[in-house]
Amino acid sequence: MSETTIESGAKVRLALTVNGEPAEVLVDAYKTLLEALREDLQLTGTKHGCELGECGACAVLVDGEPVLSCLALAVACDGRDVQTVEGLQANGALHPLQDAFADLGGSQCGYCTPGILMTAKALLDRTTEPTRDEIKDALSGNLCRCTGYLQIVEAVERAAEQVRSGANGCGQVRAGAGEHGSPKPVDEDSPAKAGAQ
Amino acid sequence: MMRLPPFRYRAPRTVGDAALWLAESPGDTMLVAGGTDLLPNMKRRQQTPRTLIALRGIAELCAITTGGGVGAPGEPSASGESPSPRSGRVGIRIGAGVTLSALVRNEEIRATLPALWQAALQVATPHLRNMGTLGGNLCLDTRCTYYDQSHEWRKAIDFCMKKDGRTCWVATSSPRCLAVSSTDTAPALQALGARVRLVSAAGVREVSVADLYENDGMQYLTRRADEILTEVIVPDTSGWRSTYWKLRRRGSFDFPVASVAAAARLDGDGRVEAVRLVAGAVASRPLSAPKAEALLVGERLTDERIAAAAQAVYEVAKPMDNTDFELVWRKKMVTALATYALRELRGDDTSAVRLRLARQVL
Repeated sequence: MSETTIESGAKVRLALTVNGEPAEVLVDAYKTLLEALREDLQLTGTKHGCELGECGACAVLVDGEPVLSCLALAVACDGRDVQTVEGLQANGALHPLQDAFADLGGSQCGYCTPGILMTAKALLDRTTEPTRDEIKDALSGNLCRCTGYLQIVEAVERAAEQVRSGANGCGQVRAGAGEHGSPKPVDEDSPAKAGAQ
Repeated sequence: MMRLPPFRYRAPRTVGDAALWLAESPGDTMLVAGGTDLLPNMKRRQQTPRTLIALRGIAELCAITTGGGVGAPGEPSASGESPSPRSGRVGIRIGAGVTLSALVRNEEIRATLPALWQAALQVATPHLRNMGTLGGNLCLDTRCTYYDQSHEWRKAIDFCMKKDGRTCWVATSSPRCLAVSSTDTAPALQALGARVRLVSAAGVREVSVADLYENDGMQYLTRRADEILTEVIVPDTSGWRSTYWKLRRRGSFDFPVASVAAAARLDGDGRVEAVRLVAGAVASRPLSAPKAEALLVGERLTDERIAAAAQAVYEVAKPMDNTDFELVWRKKMVTALATYALRELRGDDTSAVRLRLARQVL
């Protein structure tokens, strides 16, 4: 990012990489990354929680690290790589984390789930053999009011097993900053959606 | 939904530019690094700067320089005193823009400055540590039940002394704001004898962390509005042990409601050659405990000595009823935290009580 001055009330054009694809967007300079994702990029998978950094519902990955999109200025994310829950699936196949959360009851009302999935993805990108303590530490900034957390921790453990065994190749996909311009996923539609037509 | 108020956004590439831009209008400009403290405050309209100067794009603020050296070349310390444990020798220099996560990942900091490492690891949550910086944690706004609220909430009580009002609702006859210092890293760095570098368009100065703070919830920093805290300079701590104990309700997220940082050098006989004890989150600044320190110097860390010193730390603590937990219990817990800290410095295995209190592997 180069030296910048943006006047109050102005809009700013940002060039981001969002879920592996280049995204250009014009946003109000006062907006947070969360607001830019939801309101300007129509990526409403990322949830609006407390807005003050006290819940973790809005967690996304910026340059691979979990951050709170409600406390990141959109303008400060220019040129950076952003991953949201919409990018977890690949070619219609769910990420092992999504499968495990569904199978093991890691998600109930679902509101905290996108933030937890992305935080857990960053953990599994770092290590495919996390200990239970490492999982708890990694997720210690994500509140869930339904599950009591045990199912969440178990789901992350199950997903890690699946990634290790290579049961699902998309667990290895890592949309790093260097992937700008790499081939896009060919099929955006899930098999279920295609079948319904 | 809480939107940020409008602001002019400036992102310089160098500290020099940042200082020049800040000097243009320091009264209504604020610095932002991680944003994890300032942006919630802006959403609640506690702070409404006209201009934000973003520091995260300044590479020179993000360095950790280890392995000695005797201060920055050509930049003599402006403070006459030498607060460092060993003859002013620099041990580690940490850029103010280093995130708390990066600080915690640094193995040399973990090995040589355990108090700082433990303090940084207990700040907030992993996400917030990925964003928040060491400089930001040192400059953290003081906190209070009557202040950290939405604009509508504060309006309903006719605001408070710290912002838009006249009365301190914590103690209505108080002539000063009693908001509480809630930084974890400052007590640790004060115990380690660290200094900070403050850069403005007018020049550079260094002050000890102890001199960076004042016991006033509004004017809690001695940093001038035109200065940028650019670096933390930790003296050579060879021979020193240190530790940080924090009390909070949950095992993550929460600001401290009481804390104790301790650093000591023991001789071969187990006698205390030098020691610093600092209590956090029990006043508007980190509080030194000189009487406690005097009780320990030249002595072995026996249970009796530790009890006497912990009592002296208890006596300096002045918690008010403006954060989580009941204030009398918070003050009592200062004794317990000081006791654990000194026992750990003595060499006791305190890992079980640490885990019970922190609920986090440290």
